[in-house]
Amino acid sequence: MKLNRRLFLGATAATLAAPMVNAAGHGKPRVVVVGGGAGGATAARYIAKDSKGEIDVTLIEPSRTYYTCFFSNLYLGGFKTIDDIGHTYGGLASNHGVNVVHDWAVGVDRDAKTVSLAGGASVPYDKLILSPGIDFVDGSVPGWDLSAQNAMPHAYKAGSQTELLKAQIAAMPEGGTYVMVAPPNPYRCPPGPYERVSMVAHQLKMTNPTAKIIIADPKPKFSKQALFEEGWQKHYGGMIDLLGPDFGGENVTVDPGAMTVDVDGEVIQADVCNVIPAMKAGRIAELAGVTDGNWAPVNAIDMSTKADPDVYVLGDASQQGDMPKSGFSANSQAKVCANAVRGALTGSRVFPAKFSNTCWSLIDTNDGVKVGATYEATDEKIAKVDGFVSQTGEDAALRKATYEESEGWYAGITADMFS
Amino acid sequence: MRAVLIPILLALAVPAQAAEDLGDAENGAKIFKSQCRTCHMVGEGARNRVGPQLNGLFGRAAGGLEGFKYSKSLARAGADGLEWHFDTLNAYIDNPKVFASGTRMNYRGLKDAGQRADLLAYLRIYSDDPANIPEADPTAVGTDHTVAPEILAIVGDAEYGEYLASECLTCHKADGADDGIPSVTNWPAEDFVVAMHAYKDKIRPHPVMQMMAGRLNNEEIAALAAYFETLED
Repeated sequence: MKLNRRLFLGATAATLAAPMVNAAGHGKPRVVVVGGGAGGATAARYIAKDSKGEIDVTLIEPSRTYYTCFFSNLYLGGFKTIDDIGHTYGGLASNHGVNVVHDWAVGVDRDAKTVSLAGGASVPYDKLILSPGIDFVDGSVPGWDLSAQNAMPHAYKAGSQTELLKAQIAAMPEGGTYVMVAPPNPYRCPPGPYERVSMVAHQLKMTNPTAKIIIADPKPKFSKQALFEEGWQKHYGGMIDLLGPDFGGENVTVDPGAMTVDVDGEVIQADVCNVIPAMKAGRIAELAGVTDGNWAPVNAIDMSTKADPDVYVLGDASQQGDMPKSGFSANSQAKVCANAVRGALTGSRVFPAKFSNTCWSLIDTNDGVKVGATYEATDEKIAKVDGFVSQTGEDAALRKATYEESEGWYAGITADMFS
Repeated sequence: MRAVLIPILLALAVPAQAAEDLGDAENGAKIFKSQCRTCHMVGEGARNRVGPQLNGLFGRAAGGLEGFKYSKSLARAGADGLEWHFDTLNAYIDNPKVFASGTRMNYRGLKDAGQRADLLAYLRIYSDDPANIPEADPTAVGTDHTVAPEILAIVGDAEYGEYLASECLTCHKADGADDGIPSVTNWPAEDFVVAMHAYKDKIRPHPVMQMMAGRLNNEEIAALAAYFETLED
């Protein structure tokens, strides 16, 4: 009865009532998800799992093995192996019936409601969820572009870049110099660069204790700064030098051929140079025409884009308000989006949007810290409601418990994405 | 005496309310222009004038800006641990001289709670962005925490619980495995409800759980309990 009425409304409302009309045309409603990370894998899994076969879910992801960016710093520090952070999509296909397509999405026709793939196929959708992560802003670090990523790796998309950076750190000469060019706001994982420095320092302290780490940073302050600086002093005293904007950190150029970094006129010879450029939404969001500037503005209530109610953007690529760009955030946003998309396509109950995030960082062995917050949807944005952050001077037992908790979270979120 | 007085004032000044935005920043800009701008600057290039500049105000210690000469009263409050957040600023702006009797801020106060919320929403724009520095102050007002005695009698809506549980399952594994974060699967509903309220009331000490439980109402906790009690992996 309800279905008939909806179909009737859909037919009379002409072009606007697309989902149910399309669904009627080909049987099951179709959801296409682009990007199999914390946002996309979670959205695909929840929609397929909770709709119990009522929705046809296709996940498009080029990589057969997905390496999580979260915990990739722990691989650099020697706390995890590369296999520990690698995951495959078999569970999504066999446990929940997700059609996993390993290909690149290269275009979106929002009028025809299709996604085109590099392999030539065209995939139709009723609802499209883009969770493409980040790409880099051309020219943000003068002298660096993607062709320089082997000489000066970013390692800000996990996998071969992370392995390359780890190999370069291992090959540093005794007393050598590691330079990080830190990114401007907003960027993926606010504490990430500083956890990375901690992990590199941990590694160097064991294998190359006279080595130096220099951070050139355009930002006057950063996430968990007091906690990191306390930890660096305690564990790695004298090894790490932070050059903020007061010391020229916002005026940096690099020469990947000569392996030099120019910080406001002072030329540093680097043995390893980790350039983390300014970021923007993954390219498919731009190709779909749902970005405004570098990011895709979305409605907080369901993560639908401001540009198109049938196209959703999750995670790092979205511009949503107060949530940091993190795997936890993307996973949280994916569940709100999945609930809303399922409701729109099958009439299932839609519940109020609630979001949360926690970012754990490891400073040294058993010295873990965290910051977290809860959020909710307002008309304007996702707004922060409450939060907490680890305190300086916490005792060793609490820091150890915090690290163990982060391992529990990693097991939990990866099961929530891939199982 | 003052140490006792301040918490009472805060309790009075921030009534229990449903979660919502701090206020209307656009209207706050108008209030700032008419009420504050004679003495204070905020935004790009702001510097200290008669009053201190207000960039990065949220999270700043009272009397904590280098290069500005504060009254002894505010400097002492800062040394005692007073920080400027929504609740403290709200109480201060309501009536500065009552909040800190020796303050040099010659301002009689903004009596309308809605106007104060608007003004603070405007000033909040010039503090750190929580998207980039997640530990920055909230931009929305949280739900008030109270526990009714009848809570154990509430029959949970397991379907709503399943949706809410998706947030728990980011860390707690559905199959009940404990890899560093304890299992919550198949707990008796009553034990679950009691534990969640203990977090909500900040009796159990974990900060993540205090935060997560803190924004769930009684029905939502009952819904989660109903779902986890019957969850089959």
